[in-house]
Amino acid sequence: MAKKRTIRSIPRERTPMPEQPAAERVRNFAEVACGFSEADALRESERCLLCPEQPCVDGCPVGIDIPGFIQRIGQKDFRGAYDVLTDTNLLPAICGRVCPQENQCEGVCTVGESLEPVAIGRLERWVGDRAIAEGWAGAPTIEPVPYRVGIVGSGPAGVACAADMAKAGCDVTVYEAFHLPGGVLRYGIPDFRLPNEVIDAEIGRLEKLGVKFECNTLVGRLFTIEQMIDELGFHAVFVGTGAGYPTMLGVPGDSLNGVLSANELLTRCNLMRAKEFPAYDTPLPLGKRVAVVGAGNTAMDAMRVCRRLGAEKVYCIYRRSRTEAPARAEEVHHAEEEGIEFHWLTNPVEILDDGQGGVRGMRCIRMELGEPDDSGRRRPVPVAGSEHDFECDLVVFAIGTNANPIMGQTSSLKLNKRGYIETDETLATSVAGVYAGGDIVTGAATVIEAMGAGRRAARSMKAYLGIRDPDRPYAIDGRGAAGRMFGFDPAERNFARVRVG
Amino acid sequence: MQKFEIVAREDFSDVTYLLEVSHPAMAKAARPGQFVIVMSHPEGERIPLTLADWNREKGTITLVIQAVGKTTREMQQDCTVGGHLYGVTGPMGIPSRVGSAKKVVCVGGGLGVAPVYPQARACKESGAYVIGIVGFRSRELMFWEDKFGAVCDQLIVCTDDGSAGIKGMVTAGIKKALREHADIDEFVVIGPPVMMKGCAEATRAHKIRTMVSLNPLMVDGTGMCGGCRVKIGGQVKFACVDGPDFDGHLVDFDDLMTRLRRFTEQEKSAAARWSENCRMADVPRELKTRRPPPEDAELPDPFDEVQGG
Repeated sequence: MAKKRTIRSIPRERTPMPEQPAAERVRNFAEVACGFSEADALRESERCLLCPEQPCVDGCPVGIDIPGFIQRIGQKDFRGAYDVLTDTNLLPAICGRVCPQENQCEGVCTVGESLEPVAIGRLERWVGDRAIAEGWAGAPTIEPVPYRVGIVGSGPAGVACAADMAKAGCDVTVYEAFHLPGGVLRYGIPDFRLPNEVIDAEIGRLEKLGVKFECNTLVGRLFTIEQMIDELGFHAVFVGTGAGYPTMLGVPGDSLNGVLSANELLTRCNLMRAKEFPAYDTPLPLGKRVAVVGAGNTAMDAMRVCRRLGAEKVYCIYRRSRTEAPARAEEVHHAEEEGIEFHWLTNPVEILDDGQGGVRGMRCIRMELGEPDDSGRRRPVPVAGSEHDFECDLVVFAIGTNANPIMGQTSSLKLNKRGYIETDETLATSVAGVYAGGDIVTGAATVIEAMGAGRRAARSMKAYLGIRDPDRPYAIDGRGAAGRMFGFDPAERNFARVRVG
Repeated sequence: MQKFEIVAREDFSDVTYLLEVSHPAMAKAARPGQFVIVMSHPEGERIPLTLADWNREKGTITLVIQAVGKTTREMQQDCTVGGHLYGVTGPMGIPSRVGSAKKVVCVGGGLGVAPVYPQARACKESGAYVIGIVGFRSRELMFWEDKFGAVCDQLIVCTDDGSAGIKGMVTAGIKKALREHADIDEFVVIGPPVMMKGCAEATRAHKIRTMVSLNPLMVDGTGMCGGCRVKIGGQVKFACVDGPDFDGHLVDFDDLMTRLRRFTEQEKSAAARWSENCRMADVPRELKTRRPPPEDAELPDPFDEVQGG
């Protein structure tokens, strides 16, 4: 038995992530963070104290056994590490890249109390990438059950739910309105943060589990949720359609050409590959001076995309200060390195017309922080008389999204007054057999939270159908396998036959 | 991946063609006024096209397309019977409201005749008296006048050069209809924005409800990108999920026409590059001899890509 690690014995410094230099990467769409080497991963794994409290597991929305997988990396049991990860998180290569770890697992890491926290996300990504490179399928033995499950939306919530239902033996079909699966992972997150090949690989592994993907299918309009149950023979349905109805600011000039939503910019660039125009047919609006309004991850992505498309100046306009910016710390840092100019405490009041339907500039007002609002963040209030203009020729709004109206228009699902689907605590909707989760229930959130919701819904759907996983109970609600009773999770109450041994 | 097989094709003119595509689920779900998004190949763009017809028994949908931009011209060349489209998604948009009006005028300008046909048929089936008005630049460009006429109680044909029907634009037909019928409940108008604007102006004084089908640029067609936002009575709406039908008297057509020119530069360069490549490529002779669309063609109106009317 190796000597017990202490805060004094572990490497003090976090293993740095190899990155493309900023000057180089603003000219390409290759990934910025190149990923750990095996030596990096082994070194970083030694920084985990394997503390008994395991605050990181509670910090993770899906409750990954984080010390468990890090310990296996240290033992060079990489396949074992992968199995521990995929026990709870089907898409480690994606989550390792896009989770806001500093607010989740890494934010509560014991090591982080005195040193920099363990780089959990980077380790997770390394294991996920290794699995893709080695072709580990992680396909468990699946005992079929006679149930068909339909999933609406192939984003993070949908695929997480699909994976769990497929592992439980259901015949799972995922419907996607776009021509390629992946949802926001595909259209929203640019290649330099999440390469399409990673999405393809992770989707490919789902297909190996038996999940069928039906693209070009707009549920609600091609057939309704009710028809899925009544006519298409689905025993249960999960709705994970996301909340991608972009908000425009509602200031004068926001319908000018040259004003667009970050969703549109990113969809054109990522999904439609407009950055490769004219090899791909979809055009992109290009700007020399681009102002992006908002400071979330989507805003960062939009700014960095514009930079790579050749914009000379890219400004971030945000009405609060840096402390309140919702983006991942790493994204803000990368954006700064790439020469994005940040204008904190600034809010647009008008977009200025160039006389030909385009944009000549933007009029902004300075803000100062007042009392905290409902979200706990200090409310920005305008400073009278501080209006000022600056030049730009493209304005991108990345100020959040609302619920997509199609489900509400086409189904009898009960919605709340903001248009999101209402569910109970088991994520069941007002229609029997129909469950919902992710942004369409909570409003815009993160990839991993959506995946967590997909998995919670899967658990409820299994209870509803009276089925369960043949062998492995789930680690649920961050408690790992500790809460199980006779190898089963007591929270999963149902009348399914219990098979012991 | 599903295969969207092209089961029939018909060429109405040098630039206008019809594709009948196999899609049983869509044929079952389609309602008047709805549209689809088509991707002809994996590198292609997503173009919105209004459904012109569908056949539930055969399981097919019908699209009428005008070759004006790179994608529609490429499709004109590549889409042959037995071939496949890469993606067809829909039916999208809120179906048209049909059934309340007793006397309806359905106006189709140029290519707009195709998407207004399902509405005329639905109005007829609901028991309404249907007056059809179709407008073309000349007799040679006319199509579907029989098919359209069969669902109308009265058909008024207008041509810009007077080679068929009334000489003049569809607004002349609207004036005639208004003269002859005092009890018109509703107009349904589909065509190029400038024509829809003219028709809305023609009916405004009469205070008759005038529905138009808007055709802004779109990417996803599911309410996700906001590229198709239009101004309706001062409010911003997304044509793909809040429309595509709107009250023509409230639509800001100038804003729509400005927004349709968002990518004119890129569209011109793509079309030019494509034409250049086609001259080099070994294409069948009859395709080569096709007359290219006039240089000053009203580019680009990718929803219906209507000329004339």
